[in-house]
Amino acid sequence: MSATTTGNGTYVGQSLRRKEDPRLITGQGSYVDDVNLPGQLWAAWVRSPEAHAKITSIDTSAAKERPGVVAVYTNADLDMEAGLPMAWVPPGVEVNTPDHWVLAKDAVKHVGDPVALVVGTSRYSVVDAAEDVIVEYDPLPVVTDPEAAIAGGPFVHEQFGTNKVCDWSLGGGDLEKGFAEADVILERRIVNHRMAGAAIEPRGVLAQHRAGKLTVWSSTQVPHFLRLFLTILLGIPEDRVRVIAPEVGGGFGSKLNIYAEEVGCAWASIKLRRPVKWIETRSEGMMVTHHGRDQINYVKIGAKRDGTLTAWHTRILADLGAYQMLLTPLIPPLSAFVMSGVYNTPAVQTDVTGVMTNKFATDAIRGAGRPEATHTIEVMMDQLAQELGMDGLELRRKNFIPPFENGHETAMGIVYDSGNYVAALDKLLEHIDPAEVRQEAEGLREKGVYRGIGFSTYTEICGNAPSRAVGPSAFGLQGGGWESATVRVHASGSVTLYTGTSPHGQGHETGFAQIVADRLGIDPSMVEVIHGDTDTGPWGLDTYGSRSLAVGGEAAARTAKKVADKATQIVAHQLEAAPEDIELRDGKWSVRGSPDRGMTLAEVAGAAYIPENLPEGMEPGLDEQTFYDPENFVFPFGAHACVVDIDAETGKVKVVRWVAVDDCGPAINPLLIDGQVHGGITHGIGQALYERIEYDESGQLVTGTFVDYALPTAAELPSYETDRTETRSPVNTLGVKGVGEAGTIAATPAVLNAVLDALRPLGVTYIDMPLSPMRIWEAIQDAKGKAGAPA
Amino acid sequence: MIPAEFDYAVAGSLDEAIQMLVDGGEDAKLLAGGHSLIPLMKLRLAAPSLLVDLRKVPGLGGINREDGTWRIGALTPHTVLEHSPDLGLASTVAGTIADPQVRNRGTIGGSLAHGDPASDLPAVLLAAEGSVTVQGPDGQRTIEASDLFQNYMETAIGPTEVLTEVRMPAFDGWGHGYEKFNRRSEDWAMVAVSALVKQTGDVCEDVRVSLTNMGSVPLRAKAVEDALRGQSLTADSIAKAAEQAAEGTDPPADLNASADYKRHLARVLTRRALTQAAGLT
Repeated sequence: MSATTTGNGTYVGQSLRRKEDPRLITGQGSYVDDVNLPGQLWAAWVRSPEAHAKITSIDTSAAKERPGVVAVYTNADLDMEAGLPMAWVPPGVEVNTPDHWVLAKDAVKHVGDPVALVVGTSRYSVVDAAEDVIVEYDPLPVVTDPEAAIAGGPFVHEQFGTNKVCDWSLGGGDLEKGFAEADVILERRIVNHRMAGAAIEPRGVLAQHRAGKLTVWSSTQVPHFLRLFLTILLGIPEDRVRVIAPEVGGGFGSKLNIYAEEVGCAWASIKLRRPVKWIETRSEGMMVTHHGRDQINYVKIGAKRDGTLTAWHTRILADLGAYQMLLTPLIPPLSAFVMSGVYNTPAVQTDVTGVMTNKFATDAIRGAGRPEATHTIEVMMDQLAQELGMDGLELRRKNFIPPFENGHETAMGIVYDSGNYVAALDKLLEHIDPAEVRQEAEGLREKGVYRGIGFSTYTEICGNAPSRAVGPSAFGLQGGGWESATVRVHASGSVTLYTGTSPHGQGHETGFAQIVADRLGIDPSMVEVIHGDTDTGPWGLDTYGSRSLAVGGEAAARTAKKVADKATQIVAHQLEAAPEDIELRDGKWSVRGSPDRGMTLAEVAGAAYIPENLPEGMEPGLDEQTFYDPENFVFPFGAHACVVDIDAETGKVKVVRWVAVDDCGPAINPLLIDGQVHGGITHGIGQALYERIEYDESGQLVTGTFVDYALPTAAELPSYETDRTETRSPVNTLGVKGVGEAGTIAATPAVLNAVLDALRPLGVTYIDMPLSPMRIWEAIQDAKGKAGAPA
Repeated sequence: MIPAEFDYAVAGSLDEAIQMLVDGGEDAKLLAGGHSLIPLMKLRLAAPSLLVDLRKVPGLGGINREDGTWRIGALTPHTVLEHSPDLGLASTVAGTIADPQVRNRGTIGGSLAHGDPASDLPAVLLAAEGSVTVQGPDGQRTIEASDLFQNYMETAIGPTEVLTEVRMPAFDGWGHGYEKFNRRSEDWAMVAVSALVKQTGDVCEDVRVSLTNMGSVPLRAKAVEDALRGQSLTADSIAKAAEQAAEGTDPPADLNASADYKRHLARVLTRRALTQAAGLT
């Protein structure tokens, strides 16, 4: 009984350093690639070099003869009855969803489509052998432009007779009236280009089928989902399937999926009765780990001369790629949920059309639909301000939803939980004075440097999810949105928390430990947080969509409270006091007013596990579980400002300042929030200025390495200035909202608005991301040409 | 990385390295810092049958000055150039190559022998009118910079020759400037311009301007040089001369830069590099 309890009940709110970091930064973390098993085989995939083609023949004979090759499989060998899952069946909406086999059947639909699986004794031998698989292709017409694809164009999947995946709409208020009342109507076509998740650890799988049990290690965000779908696809009951997500080096949504490689390796390990391992190369990852964004928003807004918004209509054309992964077609509809932004627009309508092209699938990438919506909203607010000759911040203030603490229903019926948008903006302006920046800009212009400032005031929807809102009969997700937690107090008084969430860099082991520690009067170092293993703890729904804290953290808090309640009963019984007179203070449960007589958690655990003196009828043990299904989503919000300098001669943009005020409710750990905000902003700056998944007209991926897919580095970025306001969410007892995606959601429009602000003196009024130097230079040349000045 | 299969041999001497190349046939390649070759092997764009590692060969390092000429051993890493400010332009340029890890491993000899027109050092050698010394089975020879770069990633160095030394005049009393344009600091140059200027008072006695990534090989901007030689160096004269920087170039376009944009960059960067070299900033 060496455990000590030093907790004083106030760890929540402290910037504790991450418990995860010592092992990670000293190389003691264990990733999939670190796990090796006796008799292990390696897998390699033969991938299509064509974007669209019939497979006329596959000759595996040369590959099979190579030393070390154990098996080469094609679609003909697969005995799975279904392909990869897509989990959205919206009631009353027709969704054209093609079969998506683990190995391509008869035809390939995008570059990288797997055609054969080679398994052998070493990683080198299988990659070499994959080059010896001879596949003959009969090329078919390719379509990569979503506007061409929806207009007709060659069909990606002939059987549908269209490239349309679905039409889906969400709206409310009287749009017609809104536009009729408008003094100004503004229309834009806003492109939100395709990007990658680009996690530092590529994907990887190791599957073993031994003694009737399948164990799969995968670099995934969703081990519980993966277990369910392995059960469904391979016909093995869930109790015989274990999925482990060991250390996972980032996901950003890209590992929120059920991938061919995971199912294929598991299947092959059963066939071959040997462990099968695959580790993705970066080049593969850029091709076949799902992409995000790729929306065109045709937006039309109406406003009064004084700036009051009257109507907002957005038509979204979403390029979903060739196949639909787990959530592919439901991501663009997520844009619609926040199309009101932080504004009191009386009529808002969003019409989404998904379209197929010969590219890899899009799906959730950090923000998943909300960055696209926020980009459109916040860019349009500045465009409207220009049109009206108003200050952009004045226009925003004019339309802000006034502060609310417990529910605000937007025009389309979405109920925001709480918000104080004006407070976030006011706080932002304590840190940065736009007038000062504009004055600096005047001074810089003669040097050829154009300085601009851009803003973004946002809200978003996260904390996925209230099951009755997202489930089969409502939004149409074939699943729930709850989360689970088990708190197990050990006999010595140390604690294990099992969470159904599956962190991959966020810091749950620290933040969740703080929550539990406070409720049990112990130090967070005594709370171990176990996650990412389906054989430990209850079923969970994993980590994505900024859900972990608001749903999983709340589940942990409620479970810890159950334990604390039981502890109170035990202590009251032992001290012969009434339970309502027992309080937890300085690490001890004691009778209020008599702090000397009390019991620590270790002492309570001792009493619970050696049950000689428990209240009548109480079960022994100190181990509780909760399944928590939230009543509503949560809606974090904030205000960001970006200052850029543009070299007008070359078009190069440098972000010189970034100020962010984010509100995700009361902070559990401000350091973790800062980490998420920093990463999120970087992700947004990356999209706005650098990153771009680009296919050429023949469907070849032309940004398939980190040379061409330009992730920003520290050298390109300023030090971020962050601050917070704290508005409680009424949805959960912690009052918290998610923050994993907020920075990304806020960031891109702030960059674009800053760039447009800088370029305004040169006559540039609008350009789309990515804001590459050449694009900006060309825009300046165009503006000069239009102004009649010498180019 | 999962490259195609290859053999690997460590040469203990220059003669041994040359013999290994002779025996290894046309698919044998030299390995110095590996920062050009290995990325290509990783992507399986290069699949040499044999790698001959030069790093144990004595006498290929060091920077020495002799009769007004710098003699730089082929295995000298970029980081050593970067921290040898007496080298002038070459030192400034080396400090802009990729990131510190690359500069610690990549070598001047490897970079020049690779002949990538987007790399920084080839254009420096060209501007400096330097040379490289190579040694092969038939002995030693000198290749002038103007002859070295023959085509895209193709040099005048024979398949069984080893680049052993780089020579560049010291340029005492010259000013230099380097302007490299890229999207991220670690990227290859979209376009870069090296400038060397010798002036008496404000009169330009001599000038060299070379361009990176404006063609399949590094190029000299002779028209710019001719326009300035003997003229007084002012903001105006430099700006006027720089307008000719892209003359006769046919730069390859890519996703991030059209040929027009690259020509524009060449003009802007030439003006800036010359302004720097002339001390007019």
